[in-house]
Amino acid sequence: MTEWIDTVIQGILLGGLYALFAVGLSLGYGVMRLVNIAHGDFIVLAAYFALAVVTSTGVHPFTALPVVVALMFGLGYLLQRGVLNLTLGPDILPPLLVTFGLSIIIQNVLLELFSADSRALDVGGLLTASLHLGEDLAVGWFPLVIFAVALALTFGLELLFAATPLGMAFRATSDDQQIAQLMGIRNRHVYGVAMGISFALIAVGGVFMGIKTTFTPDLGPGFLLYAFEAVVIGGLGSFWGTFAGSVILGVAQGIGHKIDPGYGVLAGHLVFLAVLLFKPTGLFARTR
Amino acid sequence: MLSAHNLQAFYGDFQALFGIDFEISAGETVAIIGANGAGKSTFLKTLCGLMRTPPESVTFEGRPIGGAPASEIVKQGIAMVPEGRRLFRSLSVEENLRIGAFARRPGPWTLAKVYALFPQLEDKRHAPAPSLSGGQQQMVAIGRALMSNPKLLMCDEISLGLAPIVVKDIYDALPKICAGGLATIIVEQDIDTAVRASDRVYCFMHGKVALVGKASELSHQQISTAYFGI
Repeated sequence: MTEWIDTVIQGILLGGLYALFAVGLSLGYGVMRLVNIAHGDFIVLAAYFALAVVTSTGVHPFTALPVVVALMFGLGYLLQRGVLNLTLGPDILPPLLVTFGLSIIIQNVLLELFSADSRALDVGGLLTASLHLGEDLAVGWFPLVIFAVALALTFGLELLFAATPLGMAFRATSDDQQIAQLMGIRNRHVYGVAMGISFALIAVGGVFMGIKTTFTPDLGPGFLLYAFEAVVIGGLGSFWGTFAGSVILGVAQGIGHKIDPGYGVLAGHLVFLAVLLFKPTGLFARTR
Repeated sequence: MLSAHNLQAFYGDFQALFGIDFEISAGETVAIIGANGAGKSTFLKTLCGLMRTPPESVTFEGRPIGGAPASEIVKQGIAMVPEGRRLFRSLSVEENLRIGAFARRPGPWTLAKVYALFPQLEDKRHAPAPSLSGGQQQMVAIGRALMSNPKLLMCDEISLGLAPIVVKDIYDALPKICAGGLATIIVEQDIDTAVRASDRVYCFMHGKVALVGKASELSHQQISTAYFGI
């Protein structure tokens, strides 16, 4: 019994990491109706950014985190203004093709620069430190930190959308971008900021991922898939929905893994397919 | 205050406006009437920056503004009440009004003033915009435009799909809106409503101006000739 409780708890905590991957995707789709196929590769890129900062300056990965977040925000903003805005229009194909191309470019550039060797960001003892909840039940401190940060960022994002002028501009642009311009909203800039925030969230997810496990340049598509599944399971229009979707995905993978180590990812896919089949709008969809 | 000279507009290869000349002065209410497809809405879209046009074909207070981005034009003082209201559906009534003030123009219009003009909206301030009746939504759309403190207000088909009594309510509010010297362009298919509410009338047909004149001086005969082209 304890074993299963442990499995579920680990799954929930894993969901925290997936939430960091997924809320950024949810934001990009929610505001701009843009699915960034390179989303997962930017997660990996953020981890390599952190690795570069850590190896060149010798700082702790947590110190490198704000640098990577700022860098990724800038990259997201510039990418949106310089490239992705040009692909937006009535046709949904151009942004998909362009971000698909970016995905391939990023993977190959990373491979060229860092080789295919697996890397990790070292935080020393924190990675293995754990909190004992019972006789044979313990949770790692670091997964707890990830979960808490994901919770805080999701809350912050909800607050940003609900209670700030920027959030209002995001929602208005998402509802009707033509009329939003009539209000004086510069939609191209708003899109840039949205992508910047999405990338800042990716940065946090990427660095935490890099601390939690080893990483290689080819992990991106898998992360994109998890993020995508979490968004679909949760439903569009609410970041809490995405968060919940991430936790469900994490638990499903954990239970699958428990049954057979090869079934983890598969179990996640099955839950995703079940949601698509029985509730295509997602479990917690708020709009449309 | 605002004038258009030989204004042309295109949807791809299709030409919608063939050289419109138009003038409105401060404090004036001008109606644009015309049948479906006459180019009325296209004309307003061009004025507010949603359609491309050469800079010199529209001047506002002496400055050429043709083809400027919509987000810039609203900052200069031109606000639009779009056809079909187009409220932001994930925003509440009050948020819809507050976002109207995004252009940050100083002026007399505030939330309190809009609620004073349309008291029904105050009770619904936290309701989602789509939950309102058509008439109330139209009031929100007008209030949203006023919140940018425009010098020129453009109303596209504000009577469309509304009960006559509601249309009357909204048009009754118009003099109060214009009291501060605001210029207004009303686009309407309902000729009587438009002519009654305005100082001057333009009648569009097939993307051209078919008739211009003072509302008080135009005869029914003249208007129907210009309207139907017979």
